[in-house]
Amino acid sequence: MSKYSFRLNGQSVTVDAWDPAEPLLYALRGPLALHGPKFGCGLGQCGACTVLVDKAAMRSCQLSVDRVAGRDITTLEGLGTPERPDAVQAAFIAEQAAQCGYCTNGMIMTAKALLARTPKPSIAQIKQALEGNLCRCGTHTRILRAIQRASQV
Amino acid sequence: MQTMMTRRDILKAGGALIVSFAFPLSARDAFAQVPPGAAGRPVDSGEVDGLLAIHADGSVTLYTSKVDVGTGIRIALAQMAAEELGVSPSRVTVVEGDTATCPDQGGTGGSTGLIRGGTEIQAAAATARRALLQMASRRLNRPAADLTIVDGEVRPGTGGTGVGIGTLIGDRRFSLKVDRNAPLTPAAQHVAIGKPLLRPDVPAKSTGRHVYVQDFTLPNMLHARIVRPPSIGATLVSVDDGSLRGIPDARAVRVQNFLAVVAKDEWAAVRAATALKATWSERSSLPGHEELVQFSRSAPLERDQEIVNRGNVADVTSRAAKTMSASYFWPFQSHASLGPSCAVADARADGTTTVWCASQGVHGLRTNLSKVFGIAPEKLRVIFLDGSGSYGTNGTDHVAADALLLSKTVGQPVRVQWMRHDEHGWDPKGPQQLLDVRAAFDSDGRIVAWETEMWVPNAAPGARALLSAEAAGLQQEHGTGSGAITQNGDPPYAVDNVRVVAHLIKDTPLQLSNLRAPGKIANVFAVEGFTDEIAAAQRIDAVEFRRRGLSDPRALDVINRTAAAFKWDARPSPNPRAKQGNLLVGRGIAYMRYKQMENYVAMAMEVAVNAATGQIQVRRVTCAHDCGMVVNPDGLRNQVEGCIVQTLSRALHEEVKFDRSRVTSVDWATYPILRFPEAPAVDVILIDRPNEPLVGAGEAATAPVAAALANAVFDATGVRLRVVPFTTARVKAAMA
Repeated sequence: MSKYSFRLNGQSVTVDAWDPAEPLLYALRGPLALHGPKFGCGLGQCGACTVLVDKAAMRSCQLSVDRVAGRDITTLEGLGTPERPDAVQAAFIAEQAAQCGYCTNGMIMTAKALLARTPKPSIAQIKQALEGNLCRCGTHTRILRAIQRASQV
Repeated sequence: MQTMMTRRDILKAGGALIVSFAFPLSARDAFAQVPPGAAGRPVDSGEVDGLLAIHADGSVTLYTSKVDVGTGIRIALAQMAAEELGVSPSRVTVVEGDTATCPDQGGTGGSTGLIRGGTEIQAAAATARRALLQMASRRLNRPAADLTIVDGEVRPGTGGTGVGIGTLIGDRRFSLKVDRNAPLTPAAQHVAIGKPLLRPDVPAKSTGRHVYVQDFTLPNMLHARIVRPPSIGATLVSVDDGSLRGIPDARAVRVQNFLAVVAKDEWAAVRAATALKATWSERSSLPGHEELVQFSRSAPLERDQEIVNRGNVADVTSRAAKTMSASYFWPFQSHASLGPSCAVADARADGTTTVWCASQGVHGLRTNLSKVFGIAPEKLRVIFLDGSGSYGTNGTDHVAADALLLSKTVGQPVRVQWMRHDEHGWDPKGPQQLLDVRAAFDSDGRIVAWETEMWVPNAAPGARALLSAEAAGLQQEHGTGSGAITQNGDPPYAVDNVRVVAHLIKDTPLQLSNLRAPGKIANVFAVEGFTDEIAAAQRIDAVEFRRRGLSDPRALDVINRTAAAFKWDARPSPNPRAKQGNLLVGRGIAYMRYKQMENYVAMAMEVAVNAATGQIQVRRVTCAHDCGMVVNPDGLRNQVEGCIVQTLSRALHEEVKFDRSRVTSVDWATYPILRFPEAPAVDVILIDRPNEPLVGAGEAATAPVAAALANAVFDATGVRLRVVPFTTARVKAAMA
């Protein structure tokens, strides 16, 4: 067992991992008991596990715990709560931009990173930013509207 | 270490071979406790108390087997009950899909969430309302007819002192049968129905607080991964336990041909599943996806089934002035849920067993698991927790059986999470459909006869065989149903002589199940595609051609509203001015009435086709949708939008690929779906008919999508696509 320390949603945390190649996703969902990042493919193909690493959107299923030591990780839980959602979360709620909601984590985290670099993105820019995030329910039009709404507050 | 069990061991209660660890019983019981107010209630949809409870504080709980798989029925059910009970929908909580507390209102499928689940709850609420008015009448000494319920209080219609419904009944039972004829609140007085209320689950889903089945854990729970055979029907020869050395607390579990790994740590289970060396005796029994059209046309049939036979098609056709025909094909498709299926099972030594899963049919699953695993139904509880959207029976029922088999075997709670290749490889598939359509015309060009022949898999009765039970050698049923896949094979237009026959293929290469709008999308693809072929051949505008064949005003209404909102330019196809730069642009329309008796849907779309790359870009979609009474217009709009975009994905990209032994499209690279840059603008026009019965909306708008798309591509290019998916390679080949 080795210990890996990083910042998670503003707090310092340390996890034990028997395998330095263990993806961050498993540490977050297991010992750290977070449910925002979702297991979708484990292949970096769908985006459901997206977290922010030092403000960049990254696939936590493709990021080993040894590589995040000392980094600053933000998950969906770190943005806001149902009572006090952040601007992007509030926009998703206002637009009802979910069906099953399994992809929602990846959509919101990717949108956060996009809006940090491009505060007023065009529709084409939003579509491009979400190119690697899959939604199976077909909620695309609402997700696009939600991110536009978030960019306007 | 490897756990070996025989079929006989599995059928004994508990797993005696493994010593389980001590655990705090109270903590485990907390997960399985009966919700407050539920104890002793009848689990019977014929009883008011079976479907609802009114608590002392005036809040309401509904109990239903209809589950919300992302469709928004939680809020819609609350609105329907709230309307009759005179409470705010925010006071209504929905308990769904728990076999211990929720009566069996059938599985969640076929858009029956509101058609059956909603209307039964509505009738129970209306029966309760009448009883509450009578109770209040005695207490207030006023005739019940003078009373009304507002904000959870029964009060005189003219004003004055009232009494809360919680005070009148508060957690006591009504002990009344549901009266299906109890008077409902007239549509003109609706205050809850028809409002675009927000879904209760979206805030938690948007902030990572919603508990999906994938998030659910129990104390002392083991994580498992299934090691499926490398080919369908392969048998397990040997397992090398030594291959797991170095992976902490991981062990293999084998029951005949069923193989899995369990570990305390989830990542250890993932690594163990990859590391485990096993030898299999493989099989090569499949036709391969490239041979599927030929297979469908030539495979042995179970029987022929006449779906429609009106007039005399053969006679009229033999005397016709002209005939036309075409063949259409739809491949196997996967539910392709974004989150692979997951379940947690806790099979205890005393035989009490609980399974948490995202099944769309918890009661049916319980019945089947009970038979297959030899557990008395009253000792087996199946509880629904949200999963990833399922769109029919994806891997959820299989994974529930996996978890149950493993928990029984190891004697501990077990969580099974399918991997991506499990879900794509082993979810039961939507069936392939081959359709030949023929029309005969008189000398004026009128359609005098229409014939549709379809080659589709037979639906053998019984439950679908569970993968793990089959591998473990357990006795079970081998049903092959994939839903009502023969509907909408006849045109909705006035034709005197119509025949639809289904040639039911005996065997299926891949296991099947119901996939959203089973069969209807392909059938409408053929019927409405062929209708478009006829209109184009006769040089008649596609909208005008459809109008001429329809007399039902609701049908004409959706077509006219779609055409108006789309700004349809009336002219024959193909588009004489299609060329825009290096693109060819066109528009198409399709219309259908779902199952020929439910929703009216018309849909137009505009596409731009790049002949050089074969890429189809859908620019915009307009859809007018009439499902009778609208309960929640925003939830409905969300469903219709989803139906359209998801089915565009199915039509443009999706085909299950398989070779002689196995499914080979096992991830998002080999089974691509629609991505954001392809997302069209979608304009949905809802037609609310509050005095008409509601007919649900989870599926209907999927049905015309592929036809409207193919019709638009024809308008743009003059090329008719009759085989799904419309991949770039296929489009390029068709245009060459």
